[in-house]
Amino acid sequence: MSLLEIENASVFYEDFQALYDINIKIEEGDIFACIGANGAGKSTMLKTVAGVLVPKTGRILFDGQPIDHMPPYKRVELGISSVPEGRRVFPSLTVHENLLIGGYRNRKGPWTTDSIYELFPLLKPLRKRQANGLSGGEQQALAIGRALMANPRLILMDEVSLGLAPVVIKRIYEAFPILLENGCTILVVEQDVQHVLTVATHVACFLEGRIALEGRPSELTSEQITAAYFGV
Amino acid sequence: MKTTGSKAATGGRAYSVWVANRTNFMILGFGILVLIIFIVFPFFGATSWTRRLVEFFCYLALAQLWNLMLGYAGMISAGQQGFIGIGAYTLWLFSDVIGINPLISVVFAAVGGVIIALPAAALVFKLKGGYLAIGTWVIAEVMRLIVANIKRTGGGSGITVQATSEMAQKLGADGWMPLVYWWALASAVIAIVVTYLLLRSRTGLALKAIRDNDLAAESSGVNLWRTKLYTYLIAGGGCAVVGAIEAMYSLRVHPGSAFSINWTAYLIFITVIGGIGTIEGPIIGTVIFYVLRETTSQYGTWYFIALGLLAIVVTVWSPAGIYGWVLKKTGFNFFPLQRKLRFSEAGGTPTPIASGGEEVAG
Amino acid sequence: MDWLNAIIQGILLGGLYALFAVGLSLVFGTMRLVNLAHGDLTVLPAYIALIIVGSTARFNPLYSIPIVMVIMFVFGYLLQRGLLNFVVGSGDVAGVIVTFGLSIVIMNGLQEAFTANSQGLDAGRIENMSITLSDQLAIGWLPLIIFIMAVVVIAALNVYMGNTKMGRAFRAVSDDQEAARLMGINTKHVWAVAMGVALLIVSIGGVMMGIRTTFNPLLGADRLIFAFEAVIIGGMGSSWGTLLGGVILGVAQLLGALIFGPAWQILAGHVVFVVILALRPQGFLAKTVTA
Repeated sequence: MSLLEIENASVFYEDFQALYDINIKIEEGDIFACIGANGAGKSTMLKTVAGVLVPKTGRILFDGQPIDHMPPYKRVELGISSVPEGRRVFPSLTVHENLLIGGYRNRKGPWTTDSIYELFPLLKPLRKRQANGLSGGEQQALAIGRALMANPRLILMDEVSLGLAPVVIKRIYEAFPILLENGCTILVVEQDVQHVLTVATHVACFLEGRIALEGRPSELTSEQITAAYFGV
Repeated sequence: MKTTGSKAATGGRAYSVWVANRTNFMILGFGILVLIIFIVFPFFGATSWTRRLVEFFCYLALAQLWNLMLGYAGMISAGQQGFIGIGAYTLWLFSDVIGINPLISVVFAAVGGVIIALPAAALVFKLKGGYLAIGTWVIAEVMRLIVANIKRTGGGSGITVQATSEMAQKLGADGWMPLVYWWALASAVIAIVVTYLLLRSRTGLALKAIRDNDLAAESSGVNLWRTKLYTYLIAGGGCAVVGAIEAMYSLRVHPGSAFSINWTAYLIFITVIGGIGTIEGPIIGTVIFYVLRETTSQYGTWYFIALGLLAIVVTVWSPAGIYGWVLKKTGFNFFPLQRKLRFSEAGGTPTPIASGGEEVAG
Repeated sequence: MDWLNAIIQGILLGGLYALFAVGLSLVFGTMRLVNLAHGDLTVLPAYIALIIVGSTARFNPLYSIPIVMVIMFVFGYLLQRGLLNFVVGSGDVAGVIVTFGLSIVIMNGLQEAFTANSQGLDAGRIENMSITLSDQLAIGWLPLIIFIMAVVVIAALNVYMGNTKMGRAFRAVSDDQEAARLMGINTKHVWAVAMGVALLIVSIGGVMMGIRTTFNPLLGADRLIFAFEAVIIGGMGSSWGTLLGGVILGVAQLLGALIFGPAWQILAGHVVFVVILALRPQGFLAKTVTA
């Protein structure tokens, strides 16, 4: 049984169809990358998994259990956690308080505030700083740490490299194996193809609401990926 | 009604912009007929009905103005009773103290409303949303308390509008009421016309599209602050006129009733039930409100409880009100506000590019 | 001496206004809802206390306060989850209309159930006890207790918001409700708790005022306005600001009554509010920038 299964899901924004009959299977231990141009539907898919959007048709199964109509907070309880697009840390809360909110649902696991500070040592001296006073890279680390505090089995990352320097992006991707070691599967959405393909075990390329290409990065050529990305 | 557009933008096809179709013109003709009937009504109708219609048109005018502020300028006012009261007392001031014919004093009441609305706007515009609503309420309370504390106006117990009473007695009810009636009818018609013209203007179109988004409004070239101000001034003047009419109708001014929050309660009910943001909505709402009033208001508190519950239920379940529901089902406007795009085939008669009567441009 | 007395009484009155204002501000801060029924919800607890006291002989209404607090908390929770949650996301207009409708229903419902006559809660000797500072200056025990309660409540609220899981959740939801949901917070529940807490707080002031003076179903409108004025004067987003706002309002009212006569009390408060709104619309201790 796959950890996450999306079956024939179609998602609409009012009358506009953003996803057409999407099928995806994610196994435990994967680093699954969804790539594609702006508006291709990858963020929409992530939001549907997180519970912000509800598919009009189709199903989403987590560990075999249908979750497509479950509210987001219940999904966190099951073990799905989010690093939203644009970070969205809570600006008036301190770094430490942001982490504590991540643990709101009290899921047991290896991640505590201490282990998060070990993973991202740059956050430790900023514990008492208000989150709106952090740089982009610091906020991104905080957002990931906050999501980990829920001890998720599946972590959803929406464009974590957006607006960050390559050095910072590299450091974030270096954390991925540690996440996997601690029992967390990763579903990451990115516009920047180059970096994410160095760590992904699987990739799906979105084009205008459909999946144009799917497979392991090692088995796909860059011509194939470029073609699927731009729809040539 | 149509305006021709450029050929270049549509790749060589001529297009025209229609605002109304033939059915709308028929409705317009029918409406003018109805208006004429209302104008001559006092000549053949019973005075008791003329009286009822005075109140009806007053509520209609108020509802249109409140709807204008909300639907056009995005402002929620809980303080229009302040201007109603100002209008009533201005009428008293000009007819009793200064000695001008009350029927002419109504105009001064309108001016008074606009003058007071200016500083009120300066204060109240610093607030937003629900706090703006309470802020307008506070302004109305200030006006009420000031008037109630001045002995000359009769203070807390109010005062008879002397000159008007004498005129009314001289003419008798059958002679006096029609004069008040025509003022009421005029204010309702003017309110509807003004609202229609504003909503149809270019500013109105822009505002419809970007209702709550101040930033979008500014970047589209619409001066939001000035639009809000003019709307507030118009509403202030209009409500003051209604207040003056009420004073001529009941021949008494009293701070508790002229400045009562009940006016706002009625307005909210009428506009919500009928449908916010449309012109037909307040008309339907006033009819329903008036029917309810005539049949149930003797039950006092229960009547108010029913109003409150109805407003809550409609807002939660059918936020566009009754007319909004009708609009959704039939897509038909009595007062056409939308513009439709029609392409004309080369040399042929214009055909609508969307079949089934769907509109292409909103 | 009259001046000093008016100022002291005004400060104490400010404590009461702060108790009312804090609830209004808490609800707005957490869910951007301006509750126009707030004033009537400060009158309701006095009637609940009346029922409790009336059904048992010789029961001091002061002891009913904890019971009323619990009842009002539950009522607030159910009200929010059952009705107000449906308008929280729908923009300002829906909130104003629904809460205004609610205000009318509560006000007329109370009138229907209890008549419009003034009622009182009898707490015995404490109503007349006072501390004598000098032969012209005395502070009533009841007003003093109300003021102390206001300070205690605001301090407790700050501790709650800063150090408890739910308090953090309030702040997170206030910052970004969608992100809060993604972190596992059930916003429907959090909003309901916030409303419950707000009503729990106002019930303290509501019952105490019922003891101190008489009450009737029509008081809600003025109380809403006083709470609103205290919030704006003090500055939005600051609970201590609400205390400051309440005090300024109370002192303005009582000085106005002293100088111009009792009929001018409320108007004096409004005038000071209007002046502050004109000159310093953000209030004195504002923390949030947008309305």
